[in-house]
Amino acid sequence: MTRKKFFAALAVTGLITGCATMMSDADISKKALLVMKSSFKEKGQAKLDRLDQDEVQATCSLYETPDKVPKDVAQRLEQSQLETIRYPADGQLLGNWKAGEVVAQSGVGKQYNDDPTRPSGGNCYACHQLSKQEVSFGTIGPSLLGFGKARGNTEESRKYAYGKVYNSDAFSACSNMPRFGHNGILTEQQIKDVVALMLDPESPVNK
Amino acid sequence: MEETPRFVGWGALVAAAAFALALAPAAGAQQKSVADDIARYRELLQDGNPAELWEMRGETLWRTKRGPKAVSLEQCDLGLGSGVVKGAYAALPRYFADADRVMDLETRLVHCMVTLQGYAPADAKKQPFGDGTDKKSDNEALVAWITSESKGVVINVALTHPKEQEAYRIGKAMFFHRAGPHDFGCVTCHGEAHKRIRLQDLPNMLDPADARRAYTSWPAYRVSQGELRTFQWRLNDCFRQQRFPELEFTSDASIALTMFLARNANGGTYNAPALKR
Repeated sequence: MTRKKFFAALAVTGLITGCATMMSDADISKKALLVMKSSFKEKGQAKLDRLDQDEVQATCSLYETPDKVPKDVAQRLEQSQLETIRYPADGQLLGNWKAGEVVAQSGVGKQYNDDPTRPSGGNCYACHQLSKQEVSFGTIGPSLLGFGKARGNTEESRKYAYGKVYNSDAFSACSNMPRFGHNGILTEQQIKDVVALMLDPESPVNK
Repeated sequence: MEETPRFVGWGALVAAAAFALALAPAAGAQQKSVADDIARYRELLQDGNPAELWEMRGETLWRTKRGPKAVSLEQCDLGLGSGVVKGAYAALPRYFADADRVMDLETRLVHCMVTLQGYAPADAKKQPFGDGTDKKSDNEALVAWITSESKGVVINVALTHPKEQEAYRIGKAMFFHRAGPHDFGCVTCHGEAHKRIRLQDLPNMLDPADARRAYTSWPAYRVSQGELRTFQWRLNDCFRQQRFPELEFTSDASIALTMFLARNANGGTYNAPALKR
């Protein structure tokens, strides 16, 4: 069964079992989606289909925080997301850390008021500490200061960093971090540049 | 005109305070949040707030005969009876039998503009938010005044009517609904304690103390925008950054989510319009 059919089937079941007294949590979630569909309007690049969920989003929405996701569910999601990662055909994972810093600083992209023809940023600093000189950093994600120094600029670290930025859920199910490659936020070259920012010994991350 | 000298005064004060802020040293910012700077900014304004300009305009709008029927909003029932403004905001959103719908303040105002003053719904919702220019929003002014009349009142959202309970549950589901290109839900930024985006502190809206602090500080005069921002605006702009489509003003989803967040803030003492960065 395709994902779309699966969710369509869920919706139909919900309508039939929709109840007279207290609605179940599952029914409320379905009703919430209907309410949202009638309460948002398409604007710029943000169409209404952005309210729909894929398997990861639907599953993760069932748990209040990532640590409440049952182990077997997390493992299944991580496996399915691991399979989505596409490494560069040229085998080259390390880009330019200076370009990576630009990606890490920029928070534009995918909002309805953003120009879709311009490149998106990764906005890494919104959630992570990365370098000593940038003091305006967020704390939703862990500090990545000294990431490359600690792990070494090896093929293994490059592969991990590339995969993590490409699809964070492959390593930590229901992570707060966007799936930058899988969801087409960053290009292959941009992810390579972010990997360089993380691992290049000359990058401010490792100074 | 009486307001003119006050307005100029405010402008000068805001400019002076902004200048002082710009001069603030960036050192030590690593562990310091913008909250500290805002606290200093408040001190500079000596308990004053440009939001008062919106409050004054809002009270005038409330009492002015307007619309096709040329009547004021003074008979509008905000939940505590016709024309009762004092403390009304602290019990919103709530179910209104005359509309058979749960409404937040802004939805109720649109309702009153339509039923009492005779505006077409589209006209009543024409300019919910100011755009930073001289073209100020009447909605933001009315909300500023009405909310100011709940200062010091304890938030008490009842959840007695089944439709209120359903709105709360829908709002809760929305809070955890992760979607869009970034997989974001409200919970991504507002589900954990002591987190920041860049230097901005993020309230954990699932924690009663944090939810009270955050909810009771809206609406607020936003220094960076030169506008007074309402709770509908707050939600609208969160969803923009969440990469969702645009949340429609006074939509059912906006009311449901407000219900969830307001109820989580129950017991907090209302203290707005506030002042924010």
